Amino acid sequence: MTLAQFLEICLVVLVLGAGAWTIAARSAHAAITGFVSYGLLLSLVWVQLAAVDVALAEVAIGGGLTGVLLLTAAARLQGRESQPIQWPSRLHRCVAAVLCTALTAALCAVVLWLPDPAPTLAPAAAGALPALGLGNAVTGVLLAHRALDTVLETVVVLLALVGVWSLAPDRYWNGRPGQRQEVDSDGVLPFFARVLPPIGVLLGIHLVFVGANAPGGKFQGATVLAAMWLLVMMAGLRDAPAIGSRWLRIGLVFGPAVFFAIGLIGIGTAGAFLAYPPDYAKVLIVTIELTLMVSIALTLGLLVVGPPERPDTR
Amino acid sequence: MSSTTLFGMCAAALVGLGLYGLLIHPQTLRRIVAFNLLGGGVFLMFGVVARRGAAAGMASDPVPQALVITGVVVAFSATALAIALLLRLFADSGDASLRSPPHDGVAADRTHV
Amino acid sequence: MPDSLAVPLANPSGGLWLVAAIVWPVLAALLAICSGGRLADRIALLAMPIGLGIAVAIAMAVLPVGHVLTYAVGGWNPPLGILLRADTLSAAMLLTAAIVICATGIFARGAFSLRAGTPETRGSLAFWTLLLAVWSAMNLVFLGNDLFNLYVALELLTFAAVPLVCLDGSAATLAAALRYLLFALLGSVLYLLGTGLLYGAYGTLDITLLAARVRPDFATWVAAAVMTTGLLAKTALFPLHLWLPPAHAGAPPAASAVLSALVVKASFFLVIRLWFDAMPGLWNSLATQLLAALGAGAIFYGSVLALRQQRLKLLIAYSTVAQIGYLFLMFPLAFDPIAGRLQAGIALTGGLLQTVSHAFAKAGMFMAAGLVATAIGHDRIAGLAGIGRAMPISLFAFGLAGVSLIGLPPSGGFLAKWLLLSAAIASGQWWWVAVLVIGGLFTGAYVLLVLVRAMGTTEAPLILHVSVSRYRELTALILSLMAVLLGLIAFGPLA
Repeated sequence: MTLAQFLEICLVVLVLGAGAWTIAARSAHAAITGFVSYGLLLSLVWVQLAAVDVALAEVAIGGGLTGVLLLTAAARLQGRESQPIQWPSRLHRCVAAVLCTALTAALCAVVLWLPDPAPTLAPAAAGALPALGLGNAVTGVLLAHRALDTVLETVVVLLALVGVWSLAPDRYWNGRPGQRQEVDSDGVLPFFARVLPPIGVLLGIHLVFVGANAPGGKFQGATVLAAMWLLVMMAGLRDAPAIGSRWLRIGLVFGPAVFFAIGLIGIGTAGAFLAYPPDYAKVLIVTIELTLMVSIALTLGLLVVGPPERPDTR
Repeated sequence: MSSTTLFGMCAAALVGLGLYGLLIHPQTLRRIVAFNLLGGGVFLMFGVVARRGAAAGMASDPVPQALVITGVVVAFSATALAIALLLRLFADSGDASLRSPPHDGVAADRTHV
Repeated sequence: MPDSLAVPLANPSGGLWLVAAIVWPVLAALLAICSGGRLADRIALLAMPIGLGIAVAIAMAVLPVGHVLTYAVGGWNPPLGILLRADTLSAAMLLTAAIVICATGIFARGAFSLRAGTPETRGSLAFWTLLLAVWSAMNLVFLGNDLFNLYVALELLTFAAVPLVCLDGSAATLAAALRYLLFALLGSVLYLLGTGLLYGAYGTLDITLLAARVRPDFATWVAAAVMTTGLLAKTALFPLHLWLPPAHAGAPPAASAVLSALVVKASFFLVIRLWFDAMPGLWNSLATQLLAALGAGAIFYGSVLALRQQRLKLLIAYSTVAQIGYLFLMFPLAFDPIAGRLQAGIALTGGLLQTVSHAFAKAGMFMAAGLVATAIGHDRIAGLAGIGRAMPISLFAFGLAGVSLIGLPPSGGFLAKWLLLSAAIASGQWWWVAVLVIGGLFTGAYVLLVLVRAMGTTEAPLILHVSVSRYRELTALILSLMAVLLGLIAFGPLA
């Protein structure tokens, strides 16, 4: 067994350990901490699988933003339940365990018996890259070959936000999410919130730009931007925006709208919806990515802060 | 056993763990965490498929990678919606676990417009 | 593979309608979000006739001659690209969805529209945006030919449908919405898992290409089982139906109509695509019988519980649980044991008719029940006496919808059950005949339960708390009437 194999086995053991801890831990806080470490370890697995774009997305969105969401929820739900917790019966748990074990066994068998050589679309995707002027095949798939998935996914995220907003009490509609944070001028959090965002914003924009030719892309860049915005809001340096603000609404819709517009123009210029004219493909793709970066950053940030909880007063 | 197969087994185990948590935990927040675990396992399965599809100078098939990136964002949005629902439910009723729904509709009737 | 290279293909112009069907409601929803809630209902109501026109255009291109319209998005052909495809099944469901959504829009004007000058409210922005998103997602489900694209459609549908359930903000509906979301997410993630396994085995997610490549091996079987389980959870087939009654009963009436009529049918449509189109030869007789056995369980369990309900909206919701069971009876009846595969035939047509007629009937029924509940302030069945005299149109709409659900001629429900019965008798599966007949009797029982109560007399005439607009009652009536007259198409184009 080589060192690399040994390390991989250690990694898998750690990942499974973190996963099991997440399920078995007693308190929600412990479970979520386990979940965040699971997310970090999982991104290492993704790097081992030579999928760096996915590793970036997983650590940023799956580990980072989801972790923030879960931790804030756990804090608000902390031990104040009005009714005692009822665990399901032993029979129920046994049946569930048997079912899950069977599924895991079936999946292991499937993994062992997948066809060899594996069918793949890598050659096709690689062959199409020069025409698009891109160097990153994943970006090519996301924005050219399977652009319909991506454009609809931006709508899905926006719809989730509308759904979250609809949970606000009527009297707070068009108000501001979250509670007003007081600025603790000597605290660590405002310090970080002043120092990190400029670096973070640069990093986010760089991730989007570089995503055309190297691992990166709008989702990863937008997540970094959203994280910086959240940091500033949590430290109290800026208040959360009122959700009825016209500029906010336009900013949220702008990215998907530009994507759809470019797609519809493609019907005339390139013969199909979401097709790119041969010489302008890269320019259009980068435009789409930049506009989407802004909209998705706004959407992801607002998804974390949640529905309005106070009226829009200064 | 190649490393890809090892990661595939890891993915299978994560799917089983996550599904178990989703099915049995009484607290909804823990179910949401388990759902994320389950999702991570499913995405890892895609990653194994992608790695096996290495060809044409690429170390990994880009199509499943793109699908996973889409899936990660969708899963995050789902978690955000679920958390928002849970927090609102908790704020209104003080209850953060879902009880079995009443079968004979004794919940208060509200008129809907 | 030459068909996946970067050569944009000339798309037939008819295919653009497919793009329009998906893109138009989304653009309207985006406009509604950024223009503010006062305009949201106006945008939605203006978008609806055009969306209906798109659905009619597709239906006219596909239905009369049985053509198939396709469109390769971005000019990329599968397996690398995504294909949109409209066949007879798609066109019929597109038209049904468009009609139900437009009727819902007209019906909901009375509930969620704002007078000029009032500030945006939560309900108005949320309802109209979510309704448009539901429409777009449904259209993509009917037109998608790529399994991952369909996953995105399912997620869009879930995120749009769940907030509709708890739009009134009460704790009970919030719990129902959360339960619905958890079931739906479980279903989606299982579906996604199967998709990954199929890609790993075949290198494509396009349904047409899969149909050519599928072999009955272990990986395929696991993938199909996992995907089907996920889709059944989203369709609320017994025993995974627990989330449906509180969710559909708790939603506002306009939303209940869309949820019961359309949203649950989306995942069922995908089961059809998976079983009939992607892997018709994978199944054996036992699998189809098992699926239909669950359907029979749904029919009996749903009907018995419907009879026990004290609230009208819950009765109708349990009726949905039961009627979904009918949809799954078509699987063993479409299975050809000699060829060992599922064939499109009268059983599939019967299932499609059941889907469409149930959509119209259930939407009309929920609308009528919603109007009654608004008018008298509650929906207890025991307190419905006098409604027949006070709100005859609504009660008539309810009754007509019931006619189609029971399966009396000439309704669409009758024709659907007739086709299923013929298929059952022709293939010698007499036990499904028994299920169909007994199911019809149960349905008759709970429909009559309501009608008898409502037509009872009270000493003093019933005073309505709120007067209900005539056009809303007529909308419900027209939907129910469409369900009843649907059976007449047997003498028309499909003869």
